[in-house]
Amino acid sequence: MQGNIACAEGAIAAGCRFFGGYPITPSTEIAEHMAAKLPKVNGVFIQMEDELASMASIIGASWTGMRSMTATSGPGFSLMMENIGFAVMTETPCVVVDIQRGGPSTGQPTMGAQGDMMQCRFGSHGDYSVIALSPASVQEMYELTAKAFNLADEFRIPVFLMSDEIIGHMRERIDIPDQVPKVDRKPLQKGKLPFQADDDLIPGFPRFGQGYGVHVTGLTHDERGYPCATSPGLHEELVTRLVKKIESARDRIADYSITNPEAETVFISYGPPARSVEQVIRDLGRDDIGHLRLRVVWPFPESALRKFASAKRFLVPELNLGQMAREIERHVDQPVISIPKIGGNLHTPDELKRELEVLR
Amino acid sequence: MAVEEIGWKEEETVFVSGIGCSSRASGYIVTDSLHTTHGRALAFATGVKLSNPDLKVVVFTGDGDLAAIGGNHFIHACRRNIDITVICMNNQIYGMTGGQGSPTTPTGALSTTTPYGSKEPAFDLSELAVAAGANYVARWTSYHVKELTRAILAGLRTPGLSFIETMVQCPTNFGRRNKLRQVIDQVEYMKNHTVLRQKLDRLQESGQKIPADVIAIGEFIRRDRPAMGVRE
Repeated sequence: MQGNIACAEGAIAAGCRFFGGYPITPSTEIAEHMAAKLPKVNGVFIQMEDELASMASIIGASWTGMRSMTATSGPGFSLMMENIGFAVMTETPCVVVDIQRGGPSTGQPTMGAQGDMMQCRFGSHGDYSVIALSPASVQEMYELTAKAFNLADEFRIPVFLMSDEIIGHMRERIDIPDQVPKVDRKPLQKGKLPFQADDDLIPGFPRFGQGYGVHVTGLTHDERGYPCATSPGLHEELVTRLVKKIESARDRIADYSITNPEAETVFISYGPPARSVEQVIRDLGRDDIGHLRLRVVWPFPESALRKFASAKRFLVPELNLGQMAREIERHVDQPVISIPKIGGNLHTPDELKRELEVLR
Repeated sequence: MAVEEIGWKEEETVFVSGIGCSSRASGYIVTDSLHTTHGRALAFATGVKLSNPDLKVVVFTGDGDLAAIGGNHFIHACRRNIDITVICMNNQIYGMTGGQGSPTTPTGALSTTTPYGSKEPAFDLSELAVAAGANYVARWTSYHVKELTRAILAGLRTPGLSFIETMVQCPTNFGRRNKLRQVIDQVEYMKNHTVLRQKLDRLQESGQKIPADVIAIGEFIRRDRPAMGVRE
């Protein structure tokens, strides 16, 4: 199965019943598959006129209670930024898939890259936090897409699946589970205001059509949902809650795998470069080389770094000019060696082995 | 008033709006409401309506929100003929942000970004809606309260996209700069410069010249092209 198809299948298995999107290489297969499959499960597919409208439509659909999703690539991701901010501010659950390609601008439509990682984190204006997942296989395209919906519903936030052309277009055998775990958004309890958070900093969800009479706005709003844009105190309260909602749950959201935690030289990877790292570790059979593979990239799981107590250096192969390496640097004192590679070709195991040689 | 008359229940009605003075309206209504980003109300509304066709969706927007930044979404919503009602409060200016020109600012009119008089031709939003495929299109002014209410009612009842354009006054940002300082001045202007479409058509056919500042009002079209978002 192709990665993109697995993504679409994972979404449907997770209960996604609304897709609003726009064709863009290399994500188009997701839209096409959804167009064919969604009507069969009483879902709604619509090809919107552009990516801004696509993002808007999935937010609208989410408010009627539907699990909704869109898929795009770099240029479309840029267009979606304003409404992504709207989804964050209004705490609208939805899933945004970015099948990354060479950028900036039109760049390389058919070549893989990981150049949107920082954009994912900071692309819209203002302060906010996000959740982003990074699949490294077709199996993970299925599983992590399904997981994205649960995270979106639980935390009432747009969740990003930061994939790329390599994983999106590759074909691998996958195992499809009978059922995927489903955690629905919690409904708004009686007596609570529409944007009044519970102890977990997350408000219950007052979907449209149930008589809540909720007002949803991108303006700074109070717990009733009504605008109070000129109040410094209420703005600070709202925005810090939105950020804390995610940051305070960093460890709960974290999802990573560790190989050789005692190692002195540690690779940190996410997405396709992880496959090359795993090959290197298999080939060399040394236990002084470790690997931290992130499946959740944002919020960045700094606690995972502490698991490598003997680490003397971190190597970060990325299909960009060192975006996550920058983030890792913030959290550790040891040297962080960025191994950037742009242009569309994946780091080969030999290239990574040569990096190790240089270090000796 | 129209919503009440037609008997829609509060819990099945959703108001969606964009950004601008007119779009603040959704915050003053008791039903579920979605106050969205500039120009995108129709795209959000499309998502709401298609995912739950049982909900009755009304969109409030303004001339800048709908025709400038929202132009593309406007065209496609009309083309798709989504079963929603769009009420555009056209005050021919960007009021909220202090009075900049909009795509419907009349040629020659003054605004903060057209200090020498607008050099651009203005949009005819109702004609645009008809051309793009909306099932029901009407234009009235805030002077024509009764006809406007009836038009909104007709729009709510008609399946498909109903577009009701309302010419409204903005004394603060339009009137003040264009010699129509008082509310009453603008309302009088609208009363005196509007002519029913059908009458204008007749005048044109008989060879009469129509002054450039005359605004056509009335029902532009009522048809039953297939609509999207109607529960089967």
